Formats: sequence, structure tokens, C-alpha cells
Amino acid sequence: MRVTAIGCTAILLLAVAACGGREEAGTGTTATGQCQGQQTTGITDKSLKLGGIYPLSGPASAYGAIPKGIKAYFDFVNAEQNGIGGRKVEFLVRDDGYQPPKAVEEARRLVEQEKVFALFQTLGTPSTTATWDYTNQQKVPQVFVATGASTWGTDTAHPWTIGWQPNYVSEARVYAQYLKQEKPEAKVAVLFQNDDFGKDLLGGFKRAIEGTGVKVVAEQSYEVTDPSIDPQMSNLAESKADVFLNVTTPKFGSQALAADAKNTSWNPVHIVNNVAASVTVLKPVGFENVQGVVSSTYYKDPNDPTWQNDQEMMRYQAKMKQYAPDADPAVPYHAFGWAVASSFHKAMEAAKCPTREGLRDSVRALNNVQVDMLLPGVTMSTGPDDGFPIESMQLMTFKGERWELFGDVIDTRKEFGPLTG
Amino acid sequence: MTGFLQQLVQGLGTGAIYASLALALVLIYQFTGIVNFAQGELAMFSTYIAWQFTAAGVPFWLALALTLVVSFAGGMLIERLVIRPVEGAPELTVVIVTVGLFIFVNAAAGWIWTFLIKDFPNPFPGGAFEAGGLSVSYSTLGILVVVGLVMGLLYLLFQHTKIGLGMRAVATNPDSARLVGIRVGWTLALGWGLAATVGAVSGVLVAPLLFLEPNMMGGVLIYAFAAATLGGFDSPVGAVVGGLIVGVAETLAGAYVEFIGSDLKVGVPLVIILGVLLFRPQGLFGRAAVERV
Amino acid sequence: MSDTAEVTRMDAPTRGRTLARMATERWRWIVLAALFAAACYAPFQLVPFRVFQFTMVLVYAVALLGLNLLVGHAGQISLGHGAFFAVGAYGAAIMLDRFELPYPVTLPIAAAVAFVIGLALGLPAMRLRGLYLALVTLAIAIFLVPLLKRFEELTGGSMGLTLPKPAPPAWTGLAEDQWLYFLALAVAVVAFLAAYSLLRSRVGRALHAIRDNEAAAETMGVRLSFYKTLAFAWSAMFAGAAGCVYTWVIGFVSPDSFAVTLSITLLAGLVVGGLGSLSGPLLGGLFVMFVPSISQDVNEAAPGVIFGLLIIAVMYVAPTGLAGLTGRAAHSIRKILRRE
Repeated sequence: MRVTAIGCTAILLLAVAACGGREEAGTGTTATGQCQGQQTTGITDKSLKLGGIYPLSGPASAYGAIPKGIKAYFDFVNAEQNGIGGRKVEFLVRDDGYQPPKAVEEARRLVEQEKVFALFQTLGTPSTTATWDYTNQQKVPQVFVATGASTWGTDTAHPWTIGWQPNYVSEARVYAQYLKQEKPEAKVAVLFQNDDFGKDLLGGFKRAIEGTGVKVVAEQSYEVTDPSIDPQMSNLAESKADVFLNVTTPKFGSQALAADAKNTSWNPVHIVNNVAASVTVLKPVGFENVQGVVSSTYYKDPNDPTWQNDQEMMRYQAKMKQYAPDADPAVPYHAFGWAVASSFHKAMEAAKCPTREGLRDSVRALNNVQVDMLLPGVTMSTGPDDGFPIESMQLMTFKGERWELFGDVIDTRKEFGPLTG
Repeated sequence: MTGFLQQLVQGLGTGAIYASLALALVLIYQFTGIVNFAQGELAMFSTYIAWQFTAAGVPFWLALALTLVVSFAGGMLIERLVIRPVEGAPELTVVIVTVGLFIFVNAAAGWIWTFLIKDFPNPFPGGAFEAGGLSVSYSTLGILVVVGLVMGLLYLLFQHTKIGLGMRAVATNPDSARLVGIRVGWTLALGWGLAATVGAVSGVLVAPLLFLEPNMMGGVLIYAFAAATLGGFDSPVGAVVGGLIVGVAETLAGAYVEFIGSDLKVGVPLVIILGVLLFRPQGLFGRAAVERV
Repeated sequence: MSDTAEVTRMDAPTRGRTLARMATERWRWIVLAALFAAACYAPFQLVPFRVFQFTMVLVYAVALLGLNLLVGHAGQISLGHGAFFAVGAYGAAIMLDRFELPYPVTLPIAAAVAFVIGLALGLPAMRLRGLYLALVTLAIAIFLVPLLKRFEELTGGSMGLTLPKPAPPAWTGLAEDQWLYFLALAVAVVAFLAAYSLLRSRVGRALHAIRDNEAAAETMGVRLSFYKTLAFAWSAMFAGAAGCVYTWVIGFVSPDSFAVTLSITLLAGLVVGGLGSLSGPLLGGLFVMFVPSISQDVNEAAPGVIFGLLIIAVMYVAPTGLAGLTGRAAHSIRKILRRE
């Protein structure tokens, strides 16, 4: 008897609950006036809510340092400049452990539950690919994603998603350009990570050297689960190439630099890609072992004494100490975060309407926007046919205990024409 | 030909890394009869302790000695706290507990020391020994020597000491061992302590080559398992020989077998484990287990 | 690691065992019916984001159901269950992408493919003792990722494959997230019923006999390798089905989504949810889904620390996991109710 009673109560409760009906999602607020009809979810005159998704745990968790720099920037802007155009920025960070299904879950949480104005950065190509259909369906800006895949700029079906950093193909073009001038007959050996990043960069490099004297004579891949890349390195050494292109992520970057230094019978020009060019990667190898290594960059390295008296760098150092006391300002990921956050600041300020549509249009109409944390001469430009904010980089070589920039800023748009899919 | 020999040397160098961890696996299996999935992570954690000492200004060799002591104590503590409560439980339970330990230690290291790589001092001189067009780095030679030493010590411990005898009795049959007066609990704790110490040696040896971060040993673990399986889980000599064979096989397969290439060479330990288990389950140097029903 | 139902049955008051048993059965069905009703109502109540979360819980639950057959019921350890999940996910993705098959067709094929691969791998693997099986499955899980990257024409290589999600038929009037949820729910219900009837058959009894004492089971005439291999193949089949639904729901597969972490997470979820009980996989699914998102607010490394600690703690104090705990709780509540 009791059982039936409980059962009935349960069903009654459920029935009552069912009558509530769910709140229709996606019905956010809209603007009035000249921006009429545009979405204003997550933004008011006083506040701006952003969400970012990063691998704070798991194999790629080294990148989890980026949002610390972003947070410090927004905290600083909120406290000392009254936010962005009077709007205090609230920046929510979620962890996806570099797992695409987690990224989808967190993107939905941020959009539907937290009702953020925009996704400000998703990190990694897999996580971004898994979420961009959703964000574009929901018409939520997904701006300045932290991956250099060229897809973000060449794709036309996802206008709400845009990258920020120079894409891997552009970076490859910079190295190709360098070799064409310095070593027109270069024989190149390549070590690359067997994923989207490694393949994009290698593919871009091969396309950029087509029809020149520069040749790829050996290529070896590695998996992120490999304990060591030493076997690959001895394979490459056999090719007797005179240039070594090191397309790796930090730990493997260190291993490859160390393996190259150890092998005294093979001394190629060593080019290490930007992802692994941080001083934190080179230091464990020993500075004496990495002299003359070449790389390229687009933002200011906090370890580089060149910027010691640079105004923006001084501000960065001071504000990091103040607003992110546990974070070491010397970690370049923090500077990266700072740079991308101030880029967002500029883009948001330039938006004609303080709406999602306004931001979408603004990041796609950047005209030589200068960001102080970027290298002098590197600016952000986008247009209807150009979905890549930064496409210029400058070469640098390692001397003493730091990188030294050399040559001019290379604008790959000018040198190679626009990048198309 | 030089190329081939150089690859061979390279394989031996890589194999020495696998062998160093395989020794710890064999040790703990000998003492306790279990396969410890957390062994690599414990080694990584010990390496962080050594790093912490050197970062605090302790000279390298003193730091190493301190680390070995701390690891030994830590290993025994883990046995007391984590393994003792499930002693005598089915194999499944113990394996799951070591998997839990694996996850925990990995995340704890990330929590304490972050996921950015640390620079770890190299106990061996840089540079390489060159002869006849071949070059072997001093690090590789150093690892081989240390691994050989540890192997010798373990062999003596297993075969020529009373502890070794008692430990074999415990691993084979804890109940009978207890009846003949062996302190089973103490022996098990000793096994964990020693395995953690050997693991610490392994971690400190490989850290300058693999670079220290929480996932440093994750990739090594499966190769070390293959090494221990190949050599036989109850033979330290087998672990070292197995490690070297796995290293050479992997390197040569990656370099010379077109289909495998550098991307599929992680299939080599899989093939080795499967092959050994199907055709010679006791491994090259192990004794065939006789099961009593 | 005994069956929770078994525990409650044995603890039941001695007066009229059959009566108590019938009451237990009835309670079980009522709880199940209420749960099912709630599951059907939920998507009309919750925001799409929550619906998505519960869809993923169901996906994980189906995968754990398979793992439970192997680990909980047959007593064999697999550290590579994520590999079969990946086989199902990629199987579905390739069928949708390359052959443009309608999505309902992909489910049985993906499950069958996983079954066959499970059988093929199970034949050699099941001749091994528990520990070694764990090693082999771990190696399989590690090997799968580069293997998927190798066959780029088929699998999309390291970039993975992006696929359209199943659109809800117009007559249902459902939103996309609701439709996906009901698809997952349907698969989960069928999977649970299949596992339930499987375990009540002689196969289930044979598996339990193997788990509790291999030698004794063999003496009694249970064909060890046959049943173990079969259990392995079935567990692969459930994982394959779960992987297929995963592809429908996420619409994107990439090799790095199926790294060893997934396999270990699945095992952790099952252990915490409850080995060898039917509700364990569901509770495990909830655990896998919600614990990382909740614990990440504490610290970025907290999910791992909490996962690890919980696994160890569960093995000590509650080898039957959350399922065992809820079973015990329900039992004591019932006792209190009876006494009033």
C-alpha cells in the first residue's frame, strides 16, 4: 500500500515538474536604437562577461598558464581603467583537459548557463573544431582562438570564429623566406608532432618552398605519448641535412635541442618553431647548447632585455606582480595572455555596436591595429577576404641568454599573397 | 653500416631508460607479486623531490642521497597506508588501487610543481664518446653503468640473501611464509620501499634526457612493461636485457621498416608483450610458474 | 565485489525470505519506472546544456555497462576500453562521412565491428592472466591513437572528422539536444535490458563462477577461454555502441580524444560507480561527467587528485562502489520504514 502511495507521489511530482516547461534557450536580450535587434546577452553598460576554455589538466596543461595572463590584464583594466569602455570584464575560465567532448560541454555551459557575451579563446585545434559549429549556430562570437590552424581564417561557413596568433602556415612561410635568402640550396630535415599543428606547419613549409632550391630531405614524426624523440633525431642526422626544422611542443622541443647539441658530427642550422621557442624551453637544455638557434616571434618576450625599458613591458611586469602574484611574469604564456587580452580590448573598443554582432564585425575589420605587447611593426589586420589578424613575424636568433631579433618584420601577406584554403 | 650501428647504439641508449624503470617493476613484483602501474609516476615524483632539493641549493649528490632515503620511506609509507588495507584482496582490487595511485600522484605533482618543464641537473658530463664514426653520449654510458650496477645489486639481493629468500616466499605464498616465521608485512613494506628507491634512481637518471614534467614517465611505462614481460617479471637480468632489446627493436623498426615508421613504433611493445605472453609467458629469463589449485 | 542485490537478499529479515525477495523486486521495478519517467521528462525541463550533460552521462553509462561485464562480472581487467569506444566512434564517423549512410544504420554496424574486433583481440588476450590482460589492453589503447592518424584517407588523420548531427524528425517537435538525448536514452535502455538478461542467463552464472574462482569454475565444466573471450567481445560491443552515440552527439572525432586517459577515466568511473552491479554504470557515468566539472573549481589539478583518491578510498571502504552504498542506504531506509 505504502509503495503505491510513494509511487503516486513521485508521478504527481514529475507531472507538476513537467508542466513547468523549459526556459527557451538562446532567447537572450537584444539591443534597441541604431543597433536594434542585435544580441546583447552578457553585456550591459557596466559589465561584460567572457568565457574561455583551456586545458588546465591533462597532457597539454602547460598552456593552462595563458588565462592567468588574461585574467591579470582584465583585473588591471577593471581596477584602473574602469573596464573596457566603462564595462567591467568578468572572465570565466573552464577546463576541458584538451578533450573535445569536454570542450563542447564547457562551451554550452558558458553560453547557456553563464550566458557569456562571447567565448574569448578556446585552446587547441581539436577543442575549437568540436565547438565552432555550436558557437556559429548560436551566433556567439568565438574570438581569437588559441590555435594557429589555418582553417579559422580560410573557412567561410563560420563567421563567428576567428583566430589571432600567426597561423602555422604563415610561420612556415617566414622560415621558407629566411632560407630562400640565406641558404637558397638548403637541404632541410624536419621533426614534427604528428597532429594538426605539426602537419599544418610542415605542409605550409613544403608549399612555400615549391619551385625553390630549398628541399626537404628527411622528415620524422613523433607522438605526444613518445617518451623520447632521440631515435627520430638519429634518423634525421643520417640525412646530413644542413638545416633542421624543429616543429615541436615545449617538452619535445627541449629534447630535440638537446639531441642536436649532443650530436657533434651533425651541425645543421637549427630552426625551432615559435611554440617551443620560449626561454623556458631553452633553459633546461643549457644556454651554451642553443647558441645560434633561429626562430620567429610576434610578441615581446618578457625575458628579453631589449624590452627592459619598454613601457608596455614595464606595465606588464608591474601589473602581473600586482594582480597575479603567484604567476611568474617571465613565463611567455602569461605575456601571450596579456597580449591577446589587450588585443580583445582594442577590438571591443572599435566595435560600432556593443553587441555580439558588433564584436563579430569588429574583429573582421581590423585595420592595422597596434597592440603594445606585439613587436613593433606587427599589427592586426583583417578584412572581408582575410580572416587572419596577425600574419607578420620577425626572425630571431639566440645569443647569450636571450633571443635577439634580426632583419625586418616579414609580412607574409606581402611576400606570399593571401592565404587560401 | 655506420648508420646502422649508430641506430643500434641509439636503441641501446633508449633501452637503458626502459631497463631502469623495468628494474623497479621487477623488484616490486618479486616482493609482492603485483604489477605496480604507479611505479613510473612514483619515480617521477621522486625526481621532483630531487629537483626541489637541488633548487634549494643542495649539491647534486647529496640531493640524490636524500631523495633515495625519502623515496624509500615514502614507498614503505605507501605500502602501509595504501596497499595494506587491500592486502589479500583479489588481484583486480590491487591493480585498480595502483591505477588510482597513478592518477593521484600524477595530478598531485602537477598541483605542486605545475606542468611547465623544469631543468634538471645532469650528473654526467655533456658531450659524447666517439670511436670509429660512432658516438655514444656520456649520459647514455652513465645510465648503462648505473643500470648494470643496480641490476647486480638486485641479483645479489634476490639470490644470495635471507631477505631475498623470505621475499620470494612471501610473493609465492604469503600464508605459508607467515607460518614459517617470515614477517610478511615487513617484507612487503620493504619491497615497496626498495622499488621506490630504484624508481627514484631511474627518474633521476632519465630526467636530464626526457626533461622533468609530470608526464615524464607516462610514455616510458608501457616500454618498461614490455621489457619486464620480455625478460621475465622475476628476473633483474631479464629486465635489463629485455629493456635493451625493446629499445633496439623499437629504434630499428622505426628507422628501417617503412610501414612502421616513427609514428607506429609504439606498436612494438604491444607486439612484444603479446608475443611473449602467448609463446613464453615466463619471459626469457623467468622461471615458469607452476600454479597450485 | 558481490552483486548488491545478492547482499540485500542475504541480509533480508529471515521471516519469509521469498516475501522479502518479492518486495525487493517490486521496489526495484518501481524505482526503475520512476527513474525512467524522470528521464523522459527531464529534457523538457532542463536547459539544453544540462540535457547535453545527461546525454553524455548515458553515453558513458553504456560504455561502462560493457566494461562492467568484463571487470565486474568476469573479473578481468581492461585498461584499454577506450579503444573500443574509439572503434565505435570512428566506425560511425567513417560510415557517416565516407559512405554517407543514414545514421540509424551506423549503430548496429559500429557495435558489430567492435564486437568482431573484440573477439579477434580477445582470443589471444583471454589466454592471459588478469595482470597481463591489463598490460595488453593498455598497450592496445596507446597504439590506437597513432594507428588512427596513419590511415588518413579514411579517418581524416590527426585533424579528425567533423560530421553533421542527426536532425530531429519534424513530427517529434523536439529540439536537436532533446532528440540526441532520446536517441542516447533509447540506446541506453536497450543496452541495460540486454546486459540484464545476459547476466541472468547461464552465461552470467558462468562469468560469476569464473570471477569468484577460476579453477573451481573450470572443474565444474565452465569453458574458461570461451566465456572470457565472449565477455571481452560483448564488452567491446557495448563500448562500440556508446562510441557510435558519442559521434552522433559530439559530431566530431579526433584521435587524441581517445587517448589512454579515456580508458583510465572509464575504469575509474566504473570502480567508483560500483563493480558488478547493474546501477553501477549509471552512477559511474554521472561520476565521470560531473566530478571533473565540479572539482576543477578547487584547483586545476584537483580532478585528478580527487579521481585518484576516490578510487583508492572506494576500494577500501566500499568495494561495491556508489551502487553498493545506495543499495545499503535503501536497505536501511526500508528497515526504518518497516519498524514504524
